[in-house]
Amino acid sequence: MLNISGIHEGYVLDHIKAGMSMKIYDYLKLGELEGCTTAIIMNARSNKMGAKDIIKIECPIDAIDIDILGFIDHKITVNIIEHDEIVAKKVLSLPKEVHNVIKCKNPRCISSIEQELEQIFFLADEKKEIYRCKYCEEKYRGK
Amino acid sequence: MRHLMSPMDFSVEELDELMDLAENIENDPKKYAHVCDGKKLATCFYEPSTRTRLSFEAAMLNLGGSVLGFSSADSSSAAKGESVSDTIRVISGYADICAMRHPKEGAPLVASSKSLIPVINAGDGGHQHPTQTLTDLYTIRSLYGNIGNLTIGLCGDLKFGRTVHSLINALIRYENINFVLISPDELRVPSYIREDVLRENNAHFKEVERLEDALPELDILYMTRVQRERFFNEEDYVRMKDYYILSKEKMELAKKNMMVLHPLPRVNEISVEVDNDPRAAYFDQARKGVYIRMALIMTLLDLVG
Repeated sequence: MLNISGIHEGYVLDHIKAGMSMKIYDYLKLGELEGCTTAIIMNARSNKMGAKDIIKIECPIDAIDIDILGFIDHKITVNIIEHDEIVAKKVLSLPKEVHNVIKCKNPRCISSIEQELEQIFFLADEKKEIYRCKYCEEKYRGK
Repeated sequence: MRHLMSPMDFSVEELDELMDLAENIENDPKKYAHVCDGKKLATCFYEPSTRTRLSFEAAMLNLGGSVLGFSSADSSSAAKGESVSDTIRVISGYADICAMRHPKEGAPLVASSKSLIPVINAGDGGHQHPTQTLTDLYTIRSLYGNIGNLTIGLCGDLKFGRTVHSLINALIRYENINFVLISPDELRVPSYIREDVLRENNAHFKEVERLEDALPELDILYMTRVQRERFFNEEDYVRMKDYYILSKEKMELAKKNMMVLHPLPRVNEISVEVDNDPRAAYFDQARKGVYIRMALIMTLLDLVG
């Protein structure tokens, strides 16, 4: 069993669907965080899930926007660590809007040509977890 | 400040007020001939359109206002690469209200977010064409006194036709509307309209392939064009195309008071011989489009009351 030590301050993202961790690494822009250490554990054994990914991020709590995880997978467990201890577990929910995380793939959408236009998706159906582009209302099919 | 991007931007009550105003204007146009004196409408049409642009221009002129604008992207600064956001900022300084048609979906919404004047979506690609829907609703209300307790047949290309999708969305908010969706299998309404709009709202609807089968029960027949290029093969097109041509003979199957609507332009889906039938309401529908646009301009410019 691989061991990775605990962190002093930051986040432990647990119960990530196996194989999804690199996508989350990109969504959270963890590669752009200066002075922060990230450990990615892939295919860890899980009683609940069979296999899962885990991400440990050593960083100031306010360094990343964790709410976006709700869009990616709201079943991820977010542990907030301060002074080497879990101080809170954040309950994720589907964000009402997602800004500049995903792009509209509709070639007829104004976002395909308008300069510096924010890419905005809104939660159109919470039950079915459907997001639509704010401009052309095309359904996001990447999830 | 308010814009119009989708017919759903207005509540049923607000639509009623808008249609009441359109009716008042239609009944007494002189009373409204100077309501917009000194006001300017900019028609920013990034793609060609005959009826919609002229209808907007006629609406503003009838209200005493004036119009300026362009009628293709080639004759606008878009040809030089200017963004929609920049164009509307500039136009905000020249006009009091703007009607925008753009081939890109969502362009009028982007414009409205930067605009200092009300923006009306005059059609954005295959997405929305709210003033056509307002025209359709106003025509239906004028013909029947109210919108409700009607069996409405929508015929032709129900898959790609944005006017049909928009009209279904708008009509499900009214009481007891029965939809009869008449189309070839290839051109049935998309599943999101069937599932998320019709089923989700417990609307009464059925899908049929032959116009003749549906005609006897309809109060309104809303025709659209079936285009050859929408079919996967020529054989299917040839087999189906005559099903969706409304002829004098087919009109005999319909109720005496069934009205025929069409967003126009018509190609051959309604025989010219039907035009003389008193039930052919499509040219009147286009005329009514001017009154509802007049009411809309007055409402968005806050000139009502």
